[in-house]
Amino acid sequence: MSDMDMEDDGSGIVKKFMFLNRKAPHGTVYALEGLEVVLITAAFDQDVSLVFTDDGVYQLMKGIDTKGIEVKDFSKTYRALEGYDIEKLYVDKTSMDARGLTEEDLIVDVTVLSDDEMKNLMEEQDVVISF
Amino acid sequence: MLHIVNKSATERSSLDSCLRLATKGSAVLLIEDAVYAATKGNAAAAKIQAAAADLKIYALGPDLAARGMAGRVLDGVNVVDYGGFVDLVAEYRNCQSWL
Amino acid sequence: MQFGILVNEGPYNHQASDSAYLFARTAIEKGHKVPRVFFYHDGVNNSTRMGEPPQDDRNVTARWSKLAEEHGIDLVVCVAAALRRGIKDELLAPGFRISGLGQLVEMGIQYDRLVTFGD
Repeated sequence: MSDMDMEDDGSGIVKKFMFLNRKAPHGTVYALEGLEVVLITAAFDQDVSLVFTDDGVYQLMKGIDTKGIEVKDFSKTYRALEGYDIEKLYVDKTSMDARGLTEEDLIVDVTVLSDDEMKNLMEEQDVVISF
Repeated sequence: MLHIVNKSATERSSLDSCLRLATKGSAVLLIEDAVYAATKGNAAAAKIQAAAADLKIYALGPDLAARGMAGRVLDGVNVVDYGGFVDLVAEYRNCQSWL
Repeated sequence: MQFGILVNEGPYNHQASDSAYLFARTAIEKGHKVPRVFFYHDGVNNSTRMGEPPQDDRNVTARWSKLAEEHGIDLVVCVAAALRRGIKDELLAPGFRISGLGQLVEMGIQYDRLVTFGD
């Protein structure tokens, strides 16, 4: 058990949190700083769904090598999410298709959702935070 | 669900993503640069009018006025002030900002 | 109803902080509560008292401070995002404080709505 597992707001409330990642990595900081929020939310024992759509699907590319641009490679963190009890990882099929990507291109196992499945998942959330 | 869009539809694809994933009966509020999409003659106007069949479309009046667009709003788009914005957030059980 | 507000962009460069401020002020005028506003990403730049906008422009930071003082709003600046950008305690305008991301998560857990303003 890590220190982060000890977080508790004292209310005992568990809400459905969706993080909707829509931005490519590195061009802006949103993907990296968004991931930090995801980890903290899981530490509060909330019901977390992590969804990648639009350019956000690029965050999960295999073979990312950031040495040449001298910034942190945080893509490995996605592979550690299970350790934080974050197991609901989804990508949006329409966004994958529009970028010529398939599940084999991605660094982690994900569930691929149709537009209708995406809609249903969003509607059932209590809190949606988009980066 | 309330969907909030703040990007110009002629510059970014946020509006398209929102309209693709908004469930029938939900609301879309256009604020900041997104309000141009709700005006007559804009390239996105047809999308907004088609979407209005299944979604409630709102645009923030102060943002329209600040951009000289108050007199060009499409039929079927509801113009709201900040009070209306607050009411929409309260009315729908969750919201998503398509940043 | 209790609204949490998340501001993800700094002042002046983007309208996000202005929109968030007007939303918060209006919500309070309508009888809702805004117990906390959380500043993340470049939004942490809203918290510095070092800004000196021209006299004919609004002072985004001072406006947040005043609203917070009048209505008891907790203006929380993310510590990790702030340290990255050189925002320190000694630079904070009145009403702002630096704390962890847990404060953002708490808004989602405890309040009725969480509204995000950004770019």
